[in-house]
Amino acid sequence: MTPFTRSVWLVLRKDLTVEVRSREIAYTTLFFAVSCVLVFAFALVKEGRAPDDGAAGILWISVVFAGTLALGRAFERERQSETLRALLLAPVPRPAIYVGKLLGLIALLLGAEAVLVPLVALLFNARFFTHPWWLLAIVLGGTIGFAAVGTLFAAMLVRARSRDVLLPVLLYPIVVPVIIAGVRGTAALLQPEFEPGLVRFWFLLLVCFDAVFVVLALWTFETVMTE
Amino acid sequence: MTPPPAVFPPSFDFAFVSVEDVSRSFGRRRALSRVSLRATQGQILGILGPNGAGKSTLLAILATLLRPTTGRVAYGAASEAQGPALRASIGVLGHDLFLYPELTARENLEFFAGLHHAADAPGAARDALARAGLEERGDDAVSTFSRGMRQRVALERALIHRPRLLLLDEPFTGLDEGSALALVARLQALREAGTIVILATHDLDLADGLLDHALFLRDGRPAASLPRPDHLRATYRDVIARSRSEAGA
Repeated sequence: MTPFTRSVWLVLRKDLTVEVRSREIAYTTLFFAVSCVLVFAFALVKEGRAPDDGAAGILWISVVFAGTLALGRAFERERQSETLRALLLAPVPRPAIYVGKLLGLIALLLGAEAVLVPLVALLFNARFFTHPWWLLAIVLGGTIGFAAVGTLFAAMLVRARSRDVLLPVLLYPIVVPVIIAGVRGTAALLQPEFEPGLVRFWFLLLVCFDAVFVVLALWTFETVMTE
Repeated sequence: MTPPPAVFPPSFDFAFVSVEDVSRSFGRRRALSRVSLRATQGQILGILGPNGAGKSTLLAILATLLRPTTGRVAYGAASEAQGPALRASIGVLGHDLFLYPELTARENLEFFAGLHHAADAPGAARDALARAGLEERGDDAVSTFSRGMRQRVALERALIHRPRLLLLDEPFTGLDEGSALALVARLQALREAGTIVILATHDLDLADGLLDHALFLRDGRPAASLPRPDHLRATYRDVIARSRSEAGA
């Protein structure tokens, strides 16, 4: 294992261990996401009929809101113990810290989505599982894109006074392409006439976004974390 | 038979650390203004001053967590640009202890030993727990420890990779007399072993007789720099009072 991958693994394992012990972020994220979906269900499902094409948007809104909560809590935990400083003091490439935190957040969000997707499918009568591999690709691509930008911004804002307000204000405009591609790609899976080309287009857009922003974050993480 | 000590990869070594005319501003607030110091191997340098004097800021610059606005910090022949290799030679014990409360003492030490590329992180953690006198509590979450116990774990965390430069920010906070004296003895042993120790503290009684050199700061500015200060409390009062009157004049 190279020093970089070993450092990534150590940070990821630490985050997962802390989360398994406390379950704080997992429970709050999941609870918030499920509450979002239920609110939309109560508001929009009338007489057992869900709005057409609503399921895709509702899924991604819930993922984005819950993900923002998870980002804030994950870095607040590091801030309270000042352990982010300890990570920055360690003789590891700082991008390895970013990748370790990113993978931990992706794991958390995928766990929440494993509950959300079936819940939305049930409440909104959405046939998400007709094309399961495409669904997995779109969800994974969107999750990576959101987490890549969110992890960078959350780390940058960890010492800012108004970080809880600033994080969504800065994050959401940047992840608009992810949300659009995620919603459109997921909606394309629900069409009666399935068009693989259309789904592939949105998936590739997510892949491009993910590649650009992961590389950008790796390149800038050292600079933004040194005051 | 005692197992051999855990091996860490060789880190960047240096015989001294020097701060030359360093200033640091946060927006319009000047936290440090033209501070200079030099600390060599086998020396304990104290940074003393009232609250807000800039002690923590100076330590953060030495730890490479902050960049100076102007001035230069040198670690022997190199500078902060050495990156990971330099950080492998620096240990920090801050106000906050840099420990994960949800993890056990052993897990915390293993984690940081791993980040420092220890060949045997569990072995390094075991040795560190023994030095801290906490072998029996090693598998308890740090959140269940008293402040003094956490401080001992944090000190071992800062020393686990045998750094050349040790930076301590108020290390005596929350320690009982026994623990504080044990820490003083530990710092003296580190000095004998050639470690450069830079220590910011308000506890002048404990620092009295410990320091090889003292830098007094007030409002971010150097007020005095004295070798082996005697009667530290009286010296401190005189220096700060003189600095106030010079500032008022």
